[in-house]
Amino acid sequence: MLTIRSLTKRFPGTLALDDVRFDLRAGEVHALLGENGAGKSTLIKCLTGAYRPDGGEIRLDGAKIAPRSTSEAQELGIGTVYQEVNLLPNLTVAQNLCFGREPRRAGMIRTRAMTRAAQDMLDPYGLDIDVTRDLGHYSVAIRQIVAIARAVALSGKVLILDEPTASLDAREVKMLFDVVRGLKARGLGIVFVSHFLDQVFDLSDRVTVLRNGRHIVTEDIAALDRLSLIEHMLGHALETEVADHATSHDAVIARPEMLTFRGMGRAGVVGPFDLDVGQGEVVGLAGLLGSGRTESAEYLFGLRSGGTAEDIKGPIPIDTPRKAIAAGFGFAPEDRKTDGIVAELSVRENIALALQARRGWARPMPRAEQQRLARMYIERLDIRTSDAEKAVGDLSGGNQQKVVLARWLAMNPRFLILDEPTRGIDVGAHAEILRLIHELVGEGMSLLVISSELDELIAVADRVIVVRDRAHVAELTGAEIRADTIVRAIARHDEIGEVA
Amino acid sequence: MTNPRLLPLYATIAIFLVACVICYAQFPYMASTRVLGNLLTDNAYLGIVAVGMTVVILSGGIDLSVGSVIAFSGVFIAVLLRDTGLHPLVVFALLLVVTTAFGAAMGGLIHVLEMPAFIVTLAGMFLARGAAYMLTIDSVPIDDPFFTMLQKAYYLMPGKGRLTLIGVVMLLSVVAGMVIAHRTRFGSSVFALGGGVQTARLMGVKVGRTTVGIYAFSGFMAGLSGIVFAIYTGSGYPLATVGTELTAIAAVVIGGAILTGGAGYVFGTLIGVLTMGLIQTYIVFDGTLSSWWTKIVIGGLLLMFIVLQKGLLRLSTARLAGGAA
Repeated sequence: MLTIRSLTKRFPGTLALDDVRFDLRAGEVHALLGENGAGKSTLIKCLTGAYRPDGGEIRLDGAKIAPRSTSEAQELGIGTVYQEVNLLPNLTVAQNLCFGREPRRAGMIRTRAMTRAAQDMLDPYGLDIDVTRDLGHYSVAIRQIVAIARAVALSGKVLILDEPTASLDAREVKMLFDVVRGLKARGLGIVFVSHFLDQVFDLSDRVTVLRNGRHIVTEDIAALDRLSLIEHMLGHALETEVADHATSHDAVIARPEMLTFRGMGRAGVVGPFDLDVGQGEVVGLAGLLGSGRTESAEYLFGLRSGGTAEDIKGPIPIDTPRKAIAAGFGFAPEDRKTDGIVAELSVRENIALALQARRGWARPMPRAEQQRLARMYIERLDIRTSDAEKAVGDLSGGNQQKVVLARWLAMNPRFLILDEPTRGIDVGAHAEILRLIHELVGEGMSLLVISSELDELIAVADRVIVVRDRAHVAELTGAEIRADTIVRAIARHDEIGEVA
Repeated sequence: MTNPRLLPLYATIAIFLVACVICYAQFPYMASTRVLGNLLTDNAYLGIVAVGMTVVILSGGIDLSVGSVIAFSGVFIAVLLRDTGLHPLVVFALLLVVTTAFGAAMGGLIHVLEMPAFIVTLAGMFLARGAAYMLTIDSVPIDDPFFTMLQKAYYLMPGKGRLTLIGVVMLLSVVAGMVIAHRTRFGSSVFALGGGVQTARLMGVKVGRTTVGIYAFSGFMAGLSGIVFAIYTGSGYPLATVGTELTAIAAVVIGGAILTGGAGYVFGTLIGVLTMGLIQTYIVFDGTLSSWWTKIVIGGLLLMFIVLQKGLLRLSTARLAGGAA
């Protein structure tokens, strides 16, 4: 029903879309995959009217279309649900669903009719909620479904889901997928963009892979396996990374202890727990969302106070982040958009930020020095930016993460905490970040990596600590670090040894 | 379980009722229609301008120009009635066109230049005040017979309280504001802007048109308030109503609206205005207290509401986090 032929979109300096084709049948879920910068979002923005393509054509049900705005695309039948929920939490569910199409009499909104209309809209989704309450009252998953309900009601032909599952837990993802399957059965064409390959295999009928703005392959999902799909996306094989490190798990290497933490945490938040970190060691922290993993990191970095730390020279004060930084600690938080980067500042300024903070405001860093730093890390971490003066907010997620990393690396810390370092970034950047972790360890830096992706932990960690129900329940080393053992520890801690 | 968004409104009403009870306990005579009539009349101009301010604040904006616009309106009416033979109603119509256009222009600038409303309306504040001075630097009395009739128009309530014309205009403004903010698409758009401009745009809100409409509405209400103030004082004076915009903002916040936008009620603003008026009345009845106590109590109330809002915000985020775990 939707066909795209030789679509081209040029940006200054790059060809974002180069002769791309894509087609969507009624009643299918078509996954759109590619690394960051492959052209996925550009393609979607051309479809939703945010961008005007420079060449090629888009046909919907045989008729050529050229939407100029989101609302025009909606009227044509193309609805979109974005990663960040695009509804208003301060309005009621009913207001959100009916926004712009409220039933009225003499210019006045008929509240009761609107409530009924909203309930009718949610009915097919099996969602029985009070539509007169604020949307912000409900969980992200329910908001997503409300957003889908609105998009379907407004458009009803093509539904684009752009990373809809990024902030949902497994149960919510299942709920969302049931909804999507229901829509598929009703004959909608669904474009599904996701970084989670499991979800792609779970939900999609067909897959289209883009790379560097070009169409690489369109294939039935059954005809592809994971490895070939990743190869299509990356253009090179990834498995060496993982295999390479898996061998090093065979032996538990004795390392000189660098940092010892005692009694970290507070009842009700997490722990208290003890932790020893050796030089050049990667400690993985595994656990479900809300298990206390992030809180553990916050204690270690002084964002919360409780517990003591010492190194071979004696106790080190870490009750505030400032002191922790002075002690050579670094922390790249989970939510880089709000806690990690300063989106308006340039790449150079972001990298220099922490270093400048340590020097104090009275001794500004010479610009040449900042530029040298920025150039060095852009090259070393392969940060893809047109130049060092570009605002960080304009970079892709993976590159933003690299900037956060660069900022801490510029401090040359001895202990770096990475909370979900690969969240929301594409497979290629993912592999690069893992490679980088290996490099850093090689230089003697100690790392604490928090991740909900087990493969990632297995690939990088020398030791994995499992957090469950706000306590550190197990510690796995060497050959014990396998997906099944970690999952077992998360599920039932008493079968495995207590935490040291 | 009640909707948490209603809590600030309930708090406002509860505080007003408590204030009423305190007043009645100390001065039983205050429970009369005379006091009620005076309360409405004395605060009519503030109530009207606060309705406009409520809509602005709901959208996440602010309008600092309204105090100056009220002063300008008074001078404009007084000078035109003195120097031309125009009928007061024609002058009123002219004035409302001017102040609405003034508001619309500020809204347009805010949208087109993507400037903070604070700066644009601050400029508007100086401009309107300056324009008032250009018309006259003196207090100009108004002695038009039709105008005097408006001043004397009232309905005698049981108990000899006077429900004046301007009191009625204020109550009607509140009703109109309630309909516009809570029952029209324009109102929904206002709330949407308060919730987030980017999201509002994605949902199909015509951001520019709505922004212009919001400040035009505030300008209109400021003009109407100026007319009411001129009727109330019987004169036009360029130095009048300095700082009224801040009093109006205080009334809106005490009325339970959130200063960052997106949540609040026009009815709450009425209660906010009446609460502030009641404090004033209490001080008049007491006779020994300095009138500065009004400001102190209002300051305390404002502080309390800010804390309350922050507390509610914490509560709702905590519950969301609890629900996700």
